[in-house]
Amino acid sequence: MTNSWTDIKNTDLVIVMGGNAAEAHPCGFKWVTEAKHHRGAKLIVVDPRFTRTASVSDYYAPIRPGSDIAFLMGMIRWMIENDKVQWSYVKAFTNASLLVKEEFGWADGLFTGYDEEKRDYDRSSWEYQLGEDGFALTDPTLQHPRCVWNLLKAHVDVYTPEMVERICGTPKERFLKIAEMIGECSSPTKTMTSMYALGWTQHAKGSQNIRGMAMLQLILGNIGVPGGGMNALRGHSNIQGLTDIGLMSNLIPGYLNIPTEKEPDWETYMKSRQFKPLLPGQTSYWQNYSKFMVSFQKSMWGDAATAENDWAYHYLPKLDVPAYDMLRMFELMDQGKVNLYFCQGFNPLLALSNRGKNTSALSKLKLLVVMDPLQTETARFWENHGAFNDVDPAAIQTEVIELPTSCFAEDEGALVNSGRWLQWHWAAAEPPGQARHDTWIMAQIFNRVRELYAAEGGAFPDPILNLTWPYADPSTPMPDELAREMNGTALADVTDPADPTKVLTAAGKQVTSFAELRDDGSTACGCWIYSGCFNEDGNNMARRDNSDPSGLGVHSNWAWSWPLNRRTLYNRASADLDGKPWDPERALLSWNGERWEGHDVPDIAPTAKPGEVMPFIMNPEGVSRLFSRGMMRDGPFPTHMEPFESPVQNVFNDRMRGNPVARMFESDAATLGTSDEFPFVATSYRLTEHFHYWTKHNKVNAAMQPEFFVEISEELAVEKGIQRGGKVRVWSKRGEVWAKALVTKRIKPLTCDGKTVHVVGIPLHWGFVGAAKKGWGPNSLTPAVGDANIETPEFKAFLVNIEPATGEALA
Amino acid sequence: MNIDLSRRGFLKLAGAGVAATSLGAMGFGGAEAAELAHVRKFKLAETSETRNTCPYCSVACGVIIYARADEAGKRRVVHIEGDADHPVNRGTLCPKGSALKDFVNAETRLTEPMIRRAGSDRFEPISWDEALDKIARAIKDDRDANLVTTNEAGVPVNRWSTTGFLAASATTNETAWLTYKVVRSMGIVGFDNQARV
Repeated sequence: MTNSWTDIKNTDLVIVMGGNAAEAHPCGFKWVTEAKHHRGAKLIVVDPRFTRTASVSDYYAPIRPGSDIAFLMGMIRWMIENDKVQWSYVKAFTNASLLVKEEFGWADGLFTGYDEEKRDYDRSSWEYQLGEDGFALTDPTLQHPRCVWNLLKAHVDVYTPEMVERICGTPKERFLKIAEMIGECSSPTKTMTSMYALGWTQHAKGSQNIRGMAMLQLILGNIGVPGGGMNALRGHSNIQGLTDIGLMSNLIPGYLNIPTEKEPDWETYMKSRQFKPLLPGQTSYWQNYSKFMVSFQKSMWGDAATAENDWAYHYLPKLDVPAYDMLRMFELMDQGKVNLYFCQGFNPLLALSNRGKNTSALSKLKLLVVMDPLQTETARFWENHGAFNDVDPAAIQTEVIELPTSCFAEDEGALVNSGRWLQWHWAAAEPPGQARHDTWIMAQIFNRVRELYAAEGGAFPDPILNLTWPYADPSTPMPDELAREMNGTALADVTDPADPTKVLTAAGKQVTSFAELRDDGSTACGCWIYSGCFNEDGNNMARRDNSDPSGLGVHSNWAWSWPLNRRTLYNRASADLDGKPWDPERALLSWNGERWEGHDVPDIAPTAKPGEVMPFIMNPEGVSRLFSRGMMRDGPFPTHMEPFESPVQNVFNDRMRGNPVARMFESDAATLGTSDEFPFVATSYRLTEHFHYWTKHNKVNAAMQPEFFVEISEELAVEKGIQRGGKVRVWSKRGEVWAKALVTKRIKPLTCDGKTVHVVGIPLHWGFVGAAKKGWGPNSLTPAVGDANIETPEFKAFLVNIEPATGEALA
Repeated sequence: MNIDLSRRGFLKLAGAGVAATSLGAMGFGGAEAAELAHVRKFKLAETSETRNTCPYCSVACGVIIYARADEAGKRRVVHIEGDADHPVNRGTLCPKGSALKDFVNAETRLTEPMIRRAGSDRFEPISWDEALDKIARAIKDDRDANLVTTNEAGVPVNRWSTTGFLAASATTNETAWLTYKVVRSMGIVGFDNQARV
């Protein structure tokens, strides 16, 4: 989230699209209710189903799964056509005026540079025109035909309300009504917030869905302002934290990158990370990259990371592919190329797409190690449960070790909420039986491996032998010790660059914030964006002052948020070019003639003059991007792409299937179905009574939603002869499930490109262990293809068939 | 707002007040002591209250966990409720958060290390020491056999792709950081977390 849960009360209009907050985030959704009651805010829901959120909305429109980009580009087109643009914001704070290379263009659903063979774009034309001084050329009048604004206008021109209806199945009058409601928020004193979740991410073009809405929000001037923003409702309690800390193939904590083998040395690695400003006078804060990177290396390897050995650069692995994400790992596993696999609180047998492939892949491992508080299907993938897990244990040679861990109630530490608040919690009880903390388990494994390397030697033992391990009890690193490492420490006195005689933080003390990090080896910091969370003021994440003098839900003294305890990202953009808040009623920050002041920590240098330094300090342009240059693999603007399995062809290019640059392994391509065999669109979703595959272990939740079902329209039920509450078989090219049929009015057939499209809803909470009845999840049916930029699998739009099955019918 | 008196303390005071006024005033005397001897103590008087966070979605509602010692002296969770001081949830919980105690005390919680041998149809217990030694040995052997130290061009790449690690979605930052250090130091590249899906 750019904003926070409590900030939602400041909004005038909520759009929930790509999510179902009332169902999946009920206590956060209360802030929508708050805004409706106390500000008169309105709620719009756009979703294939009339969801629980839709049931309390002011206006609802249906949409075909996987067609969101067309809807959003249609919205942008309508805003431009009807002059519903926050012009001051767009001209000053976005890249609307920057000129783009002459060669860039779009035709037949594709941008310039497409190579069908490589399934990739040559992105060199998706770039600004640069002047001799290295800065981008601009036309502040927005008249130049190559300025971003005019290219955007041309790009969205095809998405008329009629085209939106044709692609999305959303009736034109509903689209237009929503456009009018959204258009009102182009006023500087009216704000819309976007609340989305996996309904947008789980597509082969998920990142572009989100960009589409971000662009709309920029055009309306709604980023950085109270009650606005792009608010990703993260699914799990610390998925934000695990991503921040970089537990991914290609990440280093704080969104730094693991090097690739094209970066054979430190100098080459840093060369592409200079982040020289693209417009004069801009901050381009990533220019500090080397300080964060060196401090990370010092945190990992201490005295073994020196200027002479390039800060132990070769202790880091170098990637030969963009990432060994879990889709790639399961593909390699299925090819017999993975021997040993660890699952720490993760149940991939049910969570990863294409379950049949998951079972086959896990069966080829030598050893699987599962650490979890609960029994999981993954740990028991080899166990026969009849139709629910139809395997032959004798044929599976994988050894499985299952290690019992503590759960939240027995553990201490911080979790990061969706609004980036790091909230500390304390252990209330002891783990049951022999269960142990994850930290103890990781320390035990590491210490034993290190002892083996110390005793026997072996392959490149240096990064293991030299890993810092500064814990009072090496077998049990404590949460506060680990948090202090992430905050960072001065290894030598840190002095003021303007006055070297002034010591900011003495050697051995915790650094105050990342502003004190250095690239000369004098500081160590595990995760720069968390720097400030546990400094010499103590554990700021444990703060519990819930007062809110701002009245805007800022709560600055409750816990701690990254970065620098800032609660709203890009908050400088909440004020105009003179530094006056757009809306005096919702004043977050203002310029007092000398510096920024207000209720939140300014997201800009405190003395940066409002007319000179633009608010988007992480971008070399200093402004936000309506045109994202070559930074995304599938286009600098979002363009409509069909799901890989779709009932209709892409209206712009009937040869194009799915996202033309999404990675597709051959084995997965062979399991894609077509609409003649699988005529119905399926989508997955959550229920408020359950949390993924955990709550089926709880008797209370298992009793509230005991049994797997699929949801279909009354029309489809009639067409297929399916009884209300009757048993059905649902199958895709990859697998089949049996379920009870929930026949509802919540799903209606849509008409897309002249064709009737039926949607089948498939909730995701059942498996074969726990207290609920045994069942299946959507991943028995879904394809293993991921988003072109971040490889999140396409769970939200795929094809199935459905038929009545024999079995008891329970109404 | 900031009354310096915990709820438990308040209940103790209130309870004492009731005993002193009603029972004492009616003059039960010895009968009072006999009566009190078989009246169960308030559960709350023996429970601890701990601030925690709901482990499900990222609204991250504040909760208060009540725990007390069982017969074996281990602290066990007896009740979980919303934290009224928390600025986001203000004491409310959803149908999942309201049933958190059942997750903590679920019959399917794991309580001892287990191993499933190749081809077997059941788990069998294994000691922590044996399990951890076996894991460490497997890591060392696979890494020694498969770590790619340099690529064809002779560039040091120190990459190990035959072992992978999936991290969680609900462990603490501190667990995540320790996990990061351990996994990265070994050169594992097949590293991912639940955010992927």
